[in-house]
Amino acid sequence: MALSPHEYSGQSISKLMYAVVISLLPAMAVGIYVFGWAALSVTVTAVVSCVIFEYVLQAFVLKRRITALDGSAVITGILLAFNVPSNLPFGLIVIGSFVAIVVAKMSFGGLGNNIFNPALVGRVFLLTSFPVQMTTWPKPFAVDGVTAATPLGIMKEGVAAGSPVSDLMQQVPSYLDLFLGKTGGCIGEVSAAALLIGFAFLLWRKVVTWHTPVAMLVGVGMFSGILWMIDPSRFANPVFHLLSGGVMLGALYMATDYVTSPMTPRGMMIFGGAIGILSVLIRSFGAYPEGVSFAILIMNAFVPLIDKFCKPRRFGE
Amino acid sequence: MTQHTMKSFPMGGIHPQDHKLSADQAITSLPVTETVSVFFSQHIGAPATPLIKPGDQVKTGQLIAESAGFISANIHSPVTGTVVKFEEVMDASGYKKTAAVIKVADDEWEDGIDLTPDLKTDIPADPDLIRQKVQKAGIVGLGGATFPTHVKLGVPSGKAAEVLLVNGVECEPYLTADHRLMLEKGREILVGIRIALAALGLKKAIIGIENNKPDAIKYLQSLLTGEDPISIQALKVRYPQGGERQLVKALTGREIPPPPRGLPIDVGAVVLNVATCKAIYDAVQKNKPLIERVITVTGCSIQKPSNFLARIGVPIQSLIDAAGGLPEQTGKVISGGPMMGKSLASLDCPVTKGTGGIVVFDAEVARRQDMMDCIRCGKCVSVCPLGLEPYLLAALVERNMLDRAEAEKITNCCECACCTYTCPSSRSLLDYIRLGKTAVLKAMRERQQK
Repeated sequence: MALSPHEYSGQSISKLMYAVVISLLPAMAVGIYVFGWAALSVTVTAVVSCVIFEYVLQAFVLKRRITALDGSAVITGILLAFNVPSNLPFGLIVIGSFVAIVVAKMSFGGLGNNIFNPALVGRVFLLTSFPVQMTTWPKPFAVDGVTAATPLGIMKEGVAAGSPVSDLMQQVPSYLDLFLGKTGGCIGEVSAAALLIGFAFLLWRKVVTWHTPVAMLVGVGMFSGILWMIDPSRFANPVFHLLSGGVMLGALYMATDYVTSPMTPRGMMIFGGAIGILSVLIRSFGAYPEGVSFAILIMNAFVPLIDKFCKPRRFGE
Repeated sequence: MTQHTMKSFPMGGIHPQDHKLSADQAITSLPVTETVSVFFSQHIGAPATPLIKPGDQVKTGQLIAESAGFISANIHSPVTGTVVKFEEVMDASGYKKTAAVIKVADDEWEDGIDLTPDLKTDIPADPDLIRQKVQKAGIVGLGGATFPTHVKLGVPSGKAAEVLLVNGVECEPYLTADHRLMLEKGREILVGIRIALAALGLKKAIIGIENNKPDAIKYLQSLLTGEDPISIQALKVRYPQGGERQLVKALTGREIPPPPRGLPIDVGAVVLNVATCKAIYDAVQKNKPLIERVITVTGCSIQKPSNFLARIGVPIQSLIDAAGGLPEQTGKVISGGPMMGKSLASLDCPVTKGTGGIVVFDAEVARRQDMMDCIRCGKCVSVCPLGLEPYLLAALVERNMLDRAEAEKITNCCECACCTYTCPSSRSLLDYIRLGKTAVLKAMRERQQK
């Protein structure tokens, strides 16, 4: 005797996860185009480390069903790599992968049970422990060893030194270059265009919904817009905020992580909107030039609360 | 008039592959087997009281068990022959129930039953007479719920009916019995609907049909005149479009309050299945009791997917034999559709008034995937047509937190199975929810008694 239903969608964790992997390929390609083969080697290192750490834990320590190749560790590896500079030393990539998989994911019980986005925990661990290596950015399209500040870095330093934003905007790449990815930064975050193409694929395959990213982008746009209207000499305009740094990568790929985001559309909108506001808040008033990672991790902690209060509308009530 | 804008329900739902393999197969009569087993309870409510005993001779259409209460239904002999014994027989749900085993000798119908195919369109004007005839014929809802139809045709005091909704949706994958019936017995169905309107004193009926049956929509439309009280509404192809709450919402825009108090009549609607309307026609116009029904027998490996007009009481094995036999690679046989049907423990299980389809699944397809941890993808929440959170309900039941499951409205669940269907972690969400729902309903009853 088996209970209904007797037919299934055929959807599986691996199919969803590998769809996400495929959707990240355009951003990978732009990363390699801008930063050279180093971008690929960092990504491969992170992916292989993540999968091996998960496999070793499941096979030898936890002695559980092995799901290291279900695609989720691959995504964690790719996203960790996408959130670091392409010149990051090999050892640090492995340490970041260890923190992401062992500390942030498996110690909470593995896929589905972790509270914080594993790749971001790995990234923030590296950023706070190895701030120099994590903020030494290779110059786009340059030979090895040449470094340059990122647009957000230029903005942060410049405003701190008292330069008006209008002058600083002359020093950063054009909006078109920011959109296409001809700019400095982390491997996967530079091209909004490539990330959007990948995300369109995910929407088409119904892997994710639009709620979190749209809410986050609206949050970034509106809050930075308000600040900009208050004082355009101290605060960058919304378009710059939306196209620079990790906003696109964060909105489309980090905040949409199934496990660490809310379950209902209304919850997702609140979650996304709050991440957007927090990101701009940290960028504009915090010590770091970029705040997307911190904003997402902070909001990850609120997900259980959001789920508790954002119920779907019950039919008939 | 057909409304060409398609309507649907407001939240959730899925699009399973429709697999309507038998859609082009005309309804054929299934030969009667040597013996049949007729349950005394084939409906929701009290089992009927037997009027026969072993050794008795019965004729086709003869009343053999009488309705035992307000919510109960008459049972008639589907064959002519000798009652051999009363026996405990397993039904589709796996429980044993008393059945009369009848050895078939002949097919001699009771007097007064009109077996000619002539269409009779003159409708009796007296609502009580209609209800009496419907009750006498033992008609129950043929969509699967098997609620006694005469009860539905009388509006309880304090309630008011405004519209009759006719369910021709057939949203379960594979099933085509209602589809064929609409194509082949459309005139009879429409007369049946007019009879139901007369019984309810209503002036408006809407037939809801999923848009994957354009031929049925077109054909029924061709039988209607401009001023007809009956209209047809095409509905979006989306499961569970034929669920009572979804259908009422799609056709009237009104939401039935959640169970246990909510019924269609609370929003002014009476819902009947198309096959039930055909049975009403047979009962009122032809004096014919409900002793046979159309059943789809299908499956991807079934040789001849078919729609049979089968007598109540024949073993399901005989239906499968008539469709080319049980394929070697069969994993399970479902009574009903793949989304809400029950897998059968035995093919000896007899056909009942509620049997709408038999779907045969290959072993490979029948096997459930290993259950993984919930990855919180939210798909179950987004497909729930009732706005529930299946992942949460299942987790609460798993931890035996039934009070919270009750507060999260576990009893609203209609068991459409969209959640389990869609889950990428292959979690048995509905299994947990069913378990919790039963326990919560029991606790609620106990509280009420105190």
